[in-house]
Parts: sequence; C-alpha cells; structure tokens
Amino acid sequence: MASTIESAGPENSGALSKDRAPWHAFVPPWLMSLPAFILFAVLVLTPLAMTVVLTFYRFDPASGPIAAFQFGNYLEVLTDSYYQTIFARTFGIAILTTLLCVAIGAPEAYVLYRMRDPWRSMFLLVILAPLLVSVVVRAFGWSMLLNTGGIVNQFFGLFGLGPYKLEYTTFAIVIALVHVMLPFMVIPVWTSLQKLDPQVENAALSLMASPSTTLRRIVLPQIAPGILSGSLMVFGLSASAFAIPGLLGGRRLKVAATAVYDEFLGSLNWPLGATIAILLLIANLVIMITYYRVLERRYSRSLG
Amino acid sequence: MSFLVLDKLTKAYGDLNAVSDVSLSVEKGEFVSLLGPSGCGKTTTLQMIAGFIDVTRGRISLDGKDLTHVRPNKRGLGVVFQSYALFPHMTVAQNVGFGLEMRGVGKAECAERIRETLALVRLDALAARYPRELSGGQRQRVAIARALVIKPPVLLLDEPMSNLDAKLREEMQFELRGIQRKVGTTTVMVTHDQSEALSISDRVVVMEAGRVTQVDSPYRAYERPENRFVSQFIGKANMLAGKVTEARHNEVHVDLGHDLTGIACIEAGTVWREGDTVTLCIRPEKLHLCAVGTGRLSATVTSRFFLGSQWLYRVDTAIGEVLVCSQNEGTEPVAEGATVGIDWHRDAVRVIQEASHG
Repeated sequence: MASTIESAGPENSGALSKDRAPWHAFVPPWLMSLPAFILFAVLVLTPLAMTVVLTFYRFDPASGPIAAFQFGNYLEVLTDSYYQTIFARTFGIAILTTLLCVAIGAPEAYVLYRMRDPWRSMFLLVILAPLLVSVVVRAFGWSMLLNTGGIVNQFFGLFGLGPYKLEYTTFAIVIALVHVMLPFMVIPVWTSLQKLDPQVENAALSLMASPSTTLRRIVLPQIAPGILSGSLMVFGLSASAFAIPGLLGGRRLKVAATAVYDEFLGSLNWPLGATIAILLLIANLVIMITYYRVLERRYSRSLG
Repeated sequence: MSFLVLDKLTKAYGDLNAVSDVSLSVEKGEFVSLLGPSGCGKTTTLQMIAGFIDVTRGRISLDGKDLTHVRPNKRGLGVVFQSYALFPHMTVAQNVGFGLEMRGVGKAECAERIRETLALVRLDALAARYPRELSGGQRQRVAIARALVIKPPVLLLDEPMSNLDAKLREEMQFELRGIQRKVGTTTVMVTHDQSEALSISDRVVVMEAGRVTQVDSPYRAYERPENRFVSQFIGKANMLAGKVTEARHNEVHVDLGHDLTGIACIEAGTVWREGDTVTLCIRPEKLHLCAVGTGRLSATVTSRFFLGSQWLYRVDTAIGEVLVCSQNEGTEPVAEGATVGIDWHRDAVRVIQEASHG
C-alpha cells in the first residue's frame, strides 16, 4: 500500500531512475559506435576503395582512364627503375629524418625534463612552435635560407666559400622535415619521461653507476617506448610528406607523394597515380607494423 | 670515534634553512631513526648523507673519512627510497645485481650474492619477475635487497614503509629489524611514523623545523621527553601548565590552579626555581580512573573510544580536558557521562620547561 503511494511521488521517481541502469546499458555498443563508423566509412573507406579500384584501370592518353581489371599499373611501378628510385628516395629520406629526430629529439626531451619550471614551459613552447606555423610557410622559409643567394650561402661567402647548391637537394628536404617532425618525437619521449620515477636516477647513482651509465642503462631503456612511438609517427608522416619535398625538392627530386600528385594533375594518369599511392600506403604499413612488433615485444612485459 | 658523524650539517634554500646545525654520531651497527613531522628536514638530512643534495655548511664523515663533497656514485652507501625506485625494465635479479655489476664483481660471485641476498629477504622464488609483477611488500624487499647486496657501510632508508598497508607495515618492521640485526649494517631510517621509529630503532632523533630536538633511546624519548614537542609527537600526552611553588632536590611542586598541586620527580642535575612557568606531562596510560571522591581529581567522562586492546576516555576536569587510557580487561568500560576520580602515580609525571617553541 504505502509503496504504491510513494512510488507515485515525484521525488521518488528520481530515486528510482538512479537504481535503474543508465540508458547506455540498453544500447548495444555497435549501435553507439555507428555514427563514428559512418563518418569513417564515408570519408576514409569509400575514397580508399575507389582508389584501389582505380589502380586496376587502364590508361589511354587519348581518352583517359578506362574501366578494366589488370595489373599493368602495378607491374609498371614495381619494375620501372624510375619509380624504384622514387620509392628508395622516399624511404631513405623518411629513415634519415627519423634517425635525426631520435638523435635530436630524445636528448632534447631529456634536457627539457631536467629543467625547472619557468624555463621548462618556455622551452616546451619553443619546441611546439613549429606546429603553429603552416608547413608551406616553413618550407618557403627554408627555401629563402638555403637558396643560392640565401643567408646560408651569404655566410659561406664571407669566408670565400660557395655558393653551394643547397636548395632542391635531399639535404634540404631532410633538414626541413626534421624541423617539422621534431615535436612528434619530443612529445612522446617527454611523456614517457614523466612516467619515470624521479628517484630512479639517484638509485642508480647510489649503486655506484656513473651519470652516463645511469643515462644509458636506466633512463634510456625506460624511454624506449616513447622513442618507438615517436619514430613511428615521424617515419609515417615523413614518408607521405608532400608540401616540403614538393617545395624544397623542386620538379626533379620527386618522392612518392609528389609523384602521385604529378600523375594525377600533370600526366592525368589517374590509375598510375592511384597505384603509387596504394603501394606507398602498403609499404608504410608493412614497415611500421614490423618495427612496432619487433620493439613492442621487448618492452611489453617489463614496461607495459 | 663514531662511525657516521654529522657535524653541524646545514642546508639552506635561499634564506630558508631546511636543515640547521644537525649533529649526530652513529655507532657501527646501530639503527637510528630520524623522526619528525613532514617538512622537518629529516629527508633532506638523509639526502645529504646519500649525496643527492649539496651540503651548505657542516661536515659528514664516515669511518673517519670526509664524505661531505664526495659525489653520490662514489659514496657506495645503500639507499632504499620511499617509492623504492626499482628499475622497471630489469628483473628482480638484474635489479639486485646492478650494484654488483657497477662494482665490477665477477659473474659467478654476482650470481651467488644475488641468490644469497634474495634468500635473506625471502624472494628467491621471484628472481625472474619484473617489478610490475610484484606486490608492494615484495617490491620493498627487492629495494632492500638491492641496497644490501653491495654490503654498504651504511644503509639509508627513506620512509621505507609509508607505501605499505598497516598490517604489512608491521610485518615488514619486524622483518627489517631482523635483517638489520643479522647483517649488522649501520642503518639510518627516516620516518614520520613514531610507532615505527620506537619499535625498530636503537635510537631516535626527533627533529622539528630543521633542528634536532632530542636524541635518545626509544624508551627514554617516550618516558622522558625533554620538551613539549617531543612529548606530543611521540605518543599521546596530557599537558598541564602551572607554576613551580616549591623546588626540592629530587622533585618539584607545581601549582596547577584550582587548588591542585602536581608533584613531579626531576632528574639529578636539572635545576628548577620557584615561580618558573612549567608544563607537567603525563601519559594517558599512566592515569587511572577510580571511584568518585577518591583519587587526585574528579572528572566526568565526555566520550570514550574503543581501540581493541585499550579504551581511550576523554574526561572533563577542573583543569581542562584530559585523556585517560586504560587496558581492556574484558570488563564493562566506564559509561559516557559517568563521574569518576582520576589518580596517578607520582613518578609518572614529567616536568617540562615552557619551551620557547611551545
């Protein structure tokens, strides 16, 4: 009796709904992830599938792409030494950029970690600053520095050297890419340094390890997962970079991304461009997954 | 000559002295605790001994050798950190072996000593585990093993038990003391837990605001606190303020107001004058509840707390609120609101000068 009266009361209905499971307990997870999946499907999967389909088309210079199912494009890209050079250059640049980012970014993050506060925030901002400027603007900045009449060559000129050809070289591409990619290395390493027990270095010192041994044997292995994820980001972004190689590599020093652009918009050979794009994607995936697997296995048990 | 000597050790941060003029002599094999509330400078003192913090003034010497400006990795002391600071990417055996490897100990001897030390802390079965696969107590034992395996002249422990739960902490206290006795390593431990300091150390060094206020055996520090801070920080204490009315060679009479005179025994060599403002200190367990009308004071029980082995009563008296602690004898405790008498043995009262930092 009493309970029926109470349950009709307005305050009580509030209490009841608290007892009831929240609304999302009744909705299956797949339904909840549906909006995100639709977005993903429309914006990523559909264009990707269309690109894959395009790779099998035949190209006729007179009439453009013709629907077909053949592997001629793949055969052309994989066997032609012109494209092989482009792919080798692309991954060479990506590997070199990654190595330089590890060599500069990891110590940089460690120095940052050892700094005290007003300085630390300031330098963190300095490191992140490149992200605030458009890639195109930065590429033009490097171009102004490196071209034949640029500041760098003027400096060499003071000593009677040069001028050197710095622009439109692999060197220029790598330098500019390192500049752009450095934050992607510093941030993950910095994050893994945050997880370091602040006393762990003192512990090593108390066991009579020298400061350099401490760094090598104690700190470095613990930030390895950060270096790993930073490398994956830097490598992936460098291998598929477009603006910097496009602006600093010039017309002749092509990488995969600029080659794709030229096929699509220059030669209008869409099937060939799509093939290069898909091969770049596959190569990138294979390299990154292998790298991740190999290193991840080493650290999963101890560092989680 | 003592083994480890701190001589007027001072650490200043700007104008602020985190540690001021700390002097201490530790004998070989002794277990000394630095005890104090957080921010009293005990950890800073320990870190100066370990070499992680520079000394502003003063000297540290170990076995007659000056250690003040020796770099931490040349001191060779064993340190157990509050967070344990184990190397997460190394197994238990690798953690313990790291110090040996750094000293260039041979492989065979290394393995033998790792095995021996892990057996000492009862972790022999877990040598191949990684720290994250261990419980808190096990991690702590790895940290102790890592510090002991190098056979350090001094073992420094920085709040080693603070991350353990109460039950485990008690077990580890016994175990730590057992290990220390067995190995005989001179040990300095920092703790804010007075019961921990009392139960396992040979001597306690009570610190307050960067200074040492009393150095004594745990029993004496508890029974004969030299000042208000020590009496209140170690254990509970009833503090009764009064004026000395009569000073004899072995006892003083103190007027506590309300026609009550407290008599306290004094130690030979201490001098009190009539008219001195002093504080009488009496431990709650040394007060007894008795029948109304008997005893030295009459009181009303305002509340009582059951502590398992004891009852703690808050009682209201003419001279203020007093804590009384009595053994749980298995009989019905005194009810709240009851009127009772309070009595004590005259030897139980300590007299403390109203200290400057009272």
